[in-house]
Amino acid sequence: MSMQQRVIQHENLLKFLGEIISSGKQLYAPQKKAEKTYFLPASDVHSIVFDYIQTAESPKELLFPKTERMLSYEQVDGKLKMIDHAEGEIFPERVLFGSHPCDAVALKTLTDFFRHDVPDAFTQKRQDSLTVISVSCIKADDNCFCTSVGTSPGDTEGSDILLTPIGNAKYYVEVMTEKGQSLFAAHEKYFENSDIISKDKYLTKMSEVFSSSEVTARLSKAFDHPIWSDASLRCLGCGACAYVCPVCSCFDIQDEGTDKKGDRLRCWDSCGFSLFTLHTSGHNPRKNQSDRWRQRVMHKFSYMPERYELLGCVGCGRCSRACPADMNIKEQLKEITEKIEG
Amino acid sequence: MQALHQKAKELLESGKVQVIIGYGDGSGDRVRPVFISKAESASDLIWDDRCRQNLAVYLNKPEIKKLGVPAIVATPVVVKTIIQLISENQLKSSNIVVLVVDNDVVSELTDNASLEAYSAGHPVVFPPFVVKEIKDIAEMSIQQRNKYWQDELSRCFKCYACRAACPLCYCERCLTDNNQPQWVCVASHAQGNFEWHINRAMHLAGRCVECGSCTIACPVGIPIGLLTIEASRIVKQEFGQEPGLHCDADSAMSSFKVEDTETFIK
Amino acid sequence: MSSSNIYKPYLMQIEKVIDEAPGVKTFRLRFTNDADKEQFNFTTGQFGEYSVFGEGESTFCIASSPTRKDYIECTFRQAGRVTSALAQKEEGDVIGFRGPYGNIFPLEEWYGKNLLFIAGGIALPPLRSVIWNVLDLRDKFNDVTILYGARSVADLVYKQELDEWGKRSDVKLVTTVDPGGETPDWKGKVGFVPSVLDWMEPSSENTIAIVCGPPVMIKFTFPELLKLGFTPDTIFTTLENRMKCGVGKCGRCNVGKVYVCKDGPVFTYKQLQELPAEY
Ligand code: SF4
Ligand code: SF4
Repeated sequence: MSMQQRVIQHENLLKFLGEIISSGKQLYAPQKKAEKTYFLPASDVHSIVFDYIQTAESPKELLFPKTERMLSYEQVDGKLKMIDHAEGEIFPERVLFGSHPCDAVALKTLTDFFRHDVPDAFTQKRQDSLTVISVSCIKADDNCFCTSVGTSPGDTEGSDILLTPIGNAKYYVEVMTEKGQSLFAAHEKYFENSDIISKDKYLTKMSEVFSSSEVTARLSKAFDHPIWSDASLRCLGCGACAYVCPVCSCFDIQDEGTDKKGDRLRCWDSCGFSLFTLHTSGHNPRKNQSDRWRQRVMHKFSYMPERYELLGCVGCGRCSRACPADMNIKEQLKEITEKIEG
Repeated sequence: MQALHQKAKELLESGKVQVIIGYGDGSGDRVRPVFISKAESASDLIWDDRCRQNLAVYLNKPEIKKLGVPAIVATPVVVKTIIQLISENQLKSSNIVVLVVDNDVVSELTDNASLEAYSAGHPVVFPPFVVKEIKDIAEMSIQQRNKYWQDELSRCFKCYACRAACPLCYCERCLTDNNQPQWVCVASHAQGNFEWHINRAMHLAGRCVECGSCTIACPVGIPIGLLTIEASRIVKQEFGQEPGLHCDADSAMSSFKVEDTETFIK
Repeated sequence: MSSSNIYKPYLMQIEKVIDEAPGVKTFRLRFTNDADKEQFNFTTGQFGEYSVFGEGESTFCIASSPTRKDYIECTFRQAGRVTSALAQKEEGDVIGFRGPYGNIFPLEEWYGKNLLFIAGGIALPPLRSVIWNVLDLRDKFNDVTILYGARSVADLVYKQELDEWGKRSDVKLVTTVDPGGETPDWKGKVGFVPSVLDWMEPSSENTIAIVCGPPVMIKFTFPELLKLGFTPDTIFTTLENRMKCGVGKCGRCNVGKVYVCKDGPVFTYKQLQELPAEY
């Protein structure tokens, strides 16, 4: 249930976003770069694009940057000193605008995952200082499948404010959280009162192609199924799927610098790489590409639900769009429900 | 496509090959690599101008090798790639059947000579936008060029799709994955990205067959192939050597001759 | 680790370096910060991330016993980038340590039982922690038997401790080296661990077997133990999947849905049988 409902005109939305920038917050919004759309820092609201289906990269960088400097170290007077960037660093106030509901759910999943059991301060602090203004989907493409993984084109989950385009350059506004409320309150003049309206007729129609709980159930018996090697013959073993995915969060820890001074970094990594699990001895528990493709699917649809009660996929379709060999996750998941016995 | 289906069927039925590496129906309007082992599936093969991914990348994959002797549906640049791979001792023409399609006539190239003849008659033609990109960059000052690449490479997140899609990036252990010593920073920050791509371009200098697969593969739209294309052009200019033309060619960047005028290597 | 940064290591000073075998060293590490030392606790079976600043982190077990307070010891073989850098470190140098991570050997459940330790090569360190733990609480356990094998006499680690255990009347120690690995004055057995085990014929009655070693040794030792009447739930081992974070986040060490860093590294053979072959 939303805390507030309003309506905002497109031109007022631009003014609202403009004020966010001038208030000193960092605004990340969809912008075009070489034919593709990305969430980039915006300095001018007129560079923001509205008519995209999906950005090439997900917004996960805002919680889980591709390179996170976790600590620095330095030898001072013969003594090693550590600088803890989780403590010291000020995480800037940021507003993400234009994420679709799937991405907002993904940001929540990431936060929940990193918070689980041993809480990770970096993701948490980045999440605390991030306000998410999402926009519901009025169009989608063949790669999208949000309704099959428990979310939908107008889902409010994970968004602090959700805007739904309702035609005539207007958006229906749902303020969902305290964070959303305080951002809204600071710029209330741009919003008009509204009754609660049903968004459904404005949203894109997205039919369910498979049931994710069905996928999870089938996977529990599918480890040695031939489906993995059949499907992964064309897989090239790159990390494109993992890196565009808003939920994928595997990482590597790397030092950069000398023994006297340097940084310890957390860098994105991918289960698709053959080196990911390679032991120094040369032994590799996931030696074939099919083992690695299976891991990607299993992790998202079996291990994550079982361990954390989280689903590792929000149906954004980015991995399918990005794959140079046309691996298609939606197709694979559908096939799992068709070919693997329940 | 009729002729291609027929040929594929014959090859599989006769047992001459066990698998056809070709293009088939993919997601939406995409085509995707397919590996056809059954004669009755030969009609799944597709041949049209969407067929751009360089399939030669699969020839040396262990998973594909297990399928048996392959025939590969080859665009002109794939033929070039195969020649280059032969010259680098990665492949033997006697172990594969190369299928080329011209005006719905399918020919089998089964030896070095026929591969070379085909390649000589089918120079690689860049799409107009690539020609423009090359020209634009050539006209930039050094500073502009530096800024251009800084900007483009800032999006790189080191997914290595460019390397994975490249049929000539076949090293078992890529230098960027080596950590003793760590030649290239693992992180994908500005320095790490530059180190990675400059090294890759250097390793492909005189070897890049200009198929563009790396650029097509890049999920963040970096025209990364321009670097390797340029590196190959420089080698051609300086040493008169062009990759993918001769099966017995050596490589300008990795062969040493006693009569070389440069002495640094000694 | 008072900080919320779960990746921040303790700074540890190398108090002592012991050359165990070619390429294998033991470090005794002391906390440089007293507060860290006070609040640090671990249980046998656990592991940590050891780091050389500028080179990175490497995962291995804590090889000392939790009954010996104030310090921890680790034993490693120089192999990758980090262990090679570690091997260069000298007494007095400072390295990083994060941990302890992972589950434990259920020692309390073993009170009153016979314990049979079987180790091969560089895999003695995880057992050494348990062995000392057990010996420090000796009266809580019944018979203690240790079978330890290495490729050659030079490859045996903890030579001094082997001597010490050999001299104790409350420990039965059998050492062995692979055929060809013996020296003229070698007094132990010659033969592979599984065949020496066969020869020893230990009773499985009221006994727990704790096995650590290279994959081939494990592969042939488990069937041998079953033959001797051990049930899979009385055989314990540790897994060593590749890890980076140690805290269930980096996504590397899972064997199916089991995360070695959280659910392991200690497993019973019974648990392993239920896992997919991904280790
Ligand atoms: S797995 Fe693919 S479809 Fe699912 S959230 Fe990740 S990128 Fe999107
Ligand atoms: S494909 Fe693109 S993003 Fe991936 S490593 Fe290559 S240049 Fe970087």
